[in-house]
Amino acid sequence: MEKETDKNTFYSHDLPSTKMDTKVMAKRDEKIQVAMIGLCGCWGCTLSFLDIDERIIGLLEKVAITRSSLTDIKRIPKRCKIAFVEGGVANEENIETLEHFRENCDIMISVGACAVWGGVPAMRNDVSLKDCLTEAYVCNVGAVTGDKPVIPYHKDLPRITNKVYPCHEVVKMDYFIPGCPPDGDAIFKVLDDLANGREVNLPTSLTRYD
Amino acid sequence: MGKKIIIDPVTRVEGHGKVTVHLDDNNKVIDAKLHVVEFRGFEKFVQGHPYWEAPMLLQRICGICFVSHHLCGAKVLDDMIGVGYSTGKHITVSAEKLRRLGHYAQQLQSHVTAYFYLIVPEMLFGMNAPPEQRNVLGLLEANPEMVKRVVALRKWGQEVIKAVLGKKMHGISSVPGGVNQNLSVEARDRLLNGEEGLISMDEVIDYAQDGLKLFYDFHKKNREEVDSFAEFEALNLSLVDEKGNVDYYHGKMRIVDNDKNIVEEFDYHEYLDFFSEGTEEWSYMKFPFLKRLGREKGSVRVGPLGRLNVTKAYTTPLAQEALERFHHYTKGKSNNKTLHTNWARAIEILHSAELIKELLNDVDLQKDSLILMPPKTDWTGEGIGVVEAPRGTLLHHYKANKEGNITFANLVVATTQNNTVMNRTVRSVADKYLNGNDIITEGMMNAIEVGIRAYDPCLSCATHAVGQMPLVVTIFDANGNKIDEQIKN
Ligand code: SF4
Repeated sequence: MEKETDKNTFYSHDLPSTKMDTKVMAKRDEKIQVAMIGLCGCWGCTLSFLDIDERIIGLLEKVAITRSSLTDIKRIPKRCKIAFVEGGVANEENIETLEHFRENCDIMISVGACAVWGGVPAMRNDVSLKDCLTEAYVCNVGAVTGDKPVIPYHKDLPRITNKVYPCHEVVKMDYFIPGCPPDGDAIFKVLDDLANGREVNLPTSLTRYD
Repeated sequence: MGKKIIIDPVTRVEGHGKVTVHLDDNNKVIDAKLHVVEFRGFEKFVQGHPYWEAPMLLQRICGICFVSHHLCGAKVLDDMIGVGYSTGKHITVSAEKLRRLGHYAQQLQSHVTAYFYLIVPEMLFGMNAPPEQRNVLGLLEANPEMVKRVVALRKWGQEVIKAVLGKKMHGISSVPGGVNQNLSVEARDRLLNGEEGLISMDEVIDYAQDGLKLFYDFHKKNREEVDSFAEFEALNLSLVDEKGNVDYYHGKMRIVDNDKNIVEEFDYHEYLDFFSEGTEEWSYMKFPFLKRLGREKGSVRVGPLGRLNVTKAYTTPLAQEALERFHHYTKGKSNNKTLHTNWARAIEILHSAELIKELLNDVDLQKDSLILMPPKTDWTGEGIGVVEAPRGTLLHHYKANKEGNITFANLVVATTQNNTVMNRTVRSVADKYLNGNDIITEGMMNAIEVGIRAYDPCLSCATHAVGQMPLVVTIFDANGNKIDEQIKN
């Protein structure tokens, strides 16, 4: 993606905003900072995080979620201890985001098959992009007859990578939680270990490989 | 010279999207768009795979409405092997009821996730609240009791899904011709009566009513703003039964206008005769519309608001009462108030809970007649499936060769149907909140996101299709070695 460097371009999160209550914010700041990102995945792993159910309330006493698609915090505000990464790398924006996470987070976790090895989206690695393109926009059965096929291409769309990559092929990842998605129990175990300063110990009974 | 403001990423929605707004020197909106920035390619790479893999594979399009994709795929396979709706035959009563139970449970779970985790923060804190507050952390700080109930409600929905589909996500129960397991009496009783750590069916209905009440309170306090927010006419689409009421699992496609007159009604197997899709350079998401009416007038609204505008009545008492109030509000005309989608969503949470209760008390769920296996000669090699997913009408269409390998797949997902109305919403909100203001704030931009979130768009779903070739993208591994470089063709 061409970087928006134009002085007339602004991001919504840089505009003046209502300030958070300082006491509440100070409390959050004392906690372990966690950033979450969904790259090329289905959002399932992010939702599996919600499957930790009532334990989330205890967990959130120890950790604070900063940047995440569940919050409106759109950039990592300050150095984070833990990064929760769903999805593999499928476009240049994913690469930038992942690298930015690596630079700003201590512990990177690949959560789910997509992050761990590319997952279902990596099935496109067997097909040429040209074929994919033709299938979707030229052979489209719903296309208007007689209309010239339009293929999305725009400076506001990130360019797609040739193949889909697991996160650890792009940056170093520290932990891997397999599964599509991993159960909430597995996600909880890893986060709870880290939040309590224990060595991560994910028993095989909690891992799955579907 | 003007300026451009970007929301990137759009947050508290599923998947990847961004918004660009162009303003002139007087901060008048020239253009505002929702771009879907992701691409995956399911339609192509599913080809060559055995037909029975499709419902397992294609549900990976979306982690929130996977049951809809799974069932839609299963309905296609029913058609293919010769027991689907297009063949005039029918899977067993128990199989259909089990699929419906899973489907209603997902509707509950998905709507609860969207409503409480993603949408309610604005209802409680306002659109201008600090960005750090407008989320589940903020809810927990402000009202831990409410969060506990929300967590319990979502958990219960997920437990129903697990009991019916075998897993909380990306289930495995639907197979060509039926389902592979029924619901045991123990599982049923656990869901009805609850247990330590799991609420009971009646509590679920109570909590669902609380959710609706939350909307009523919010609406009462902010009536004018809520009612006028992105209000514009659109056609409404839903699957309906013979009585013209929404059926989430099966029915005809009905499209109504502002006076609720039927504009089109057809068997979904004929969808290609009725719908076309436009494409724009600036989004990976397509723009479907009714051929007869053309691109300008023929796009439809799907999802909770679309369904409640189409349907006349519900079969369950509490939801029916709420539906009457909803219909009464717009005096029998279609409701075009974008933020009332959240009202409709809250009603559907209640309706799903009541539908689940009915089904859990149905002895057909314990029967063993679950799969129909027609003779190989009945193989048709093609099928179309449709369901009402939480976000609206979802369609899958596949063909397979004699060996049973998929040769073609086309998917029209709910969020894609809503593409045009979502973009109109973005424009309408931008005009209303930004136009001519000297200072544009983060809160004003959040108003645009509030408009998008009302549709609860699943941008993951919307990007199953494939997109543009890259220019030059180089990837280095963790050690700085180049591992990929792709040059534009
Ligand atoms: S691993 Fe599975 S559940 Fe997680 S994002 Fe990928 S497809 Fe979705």
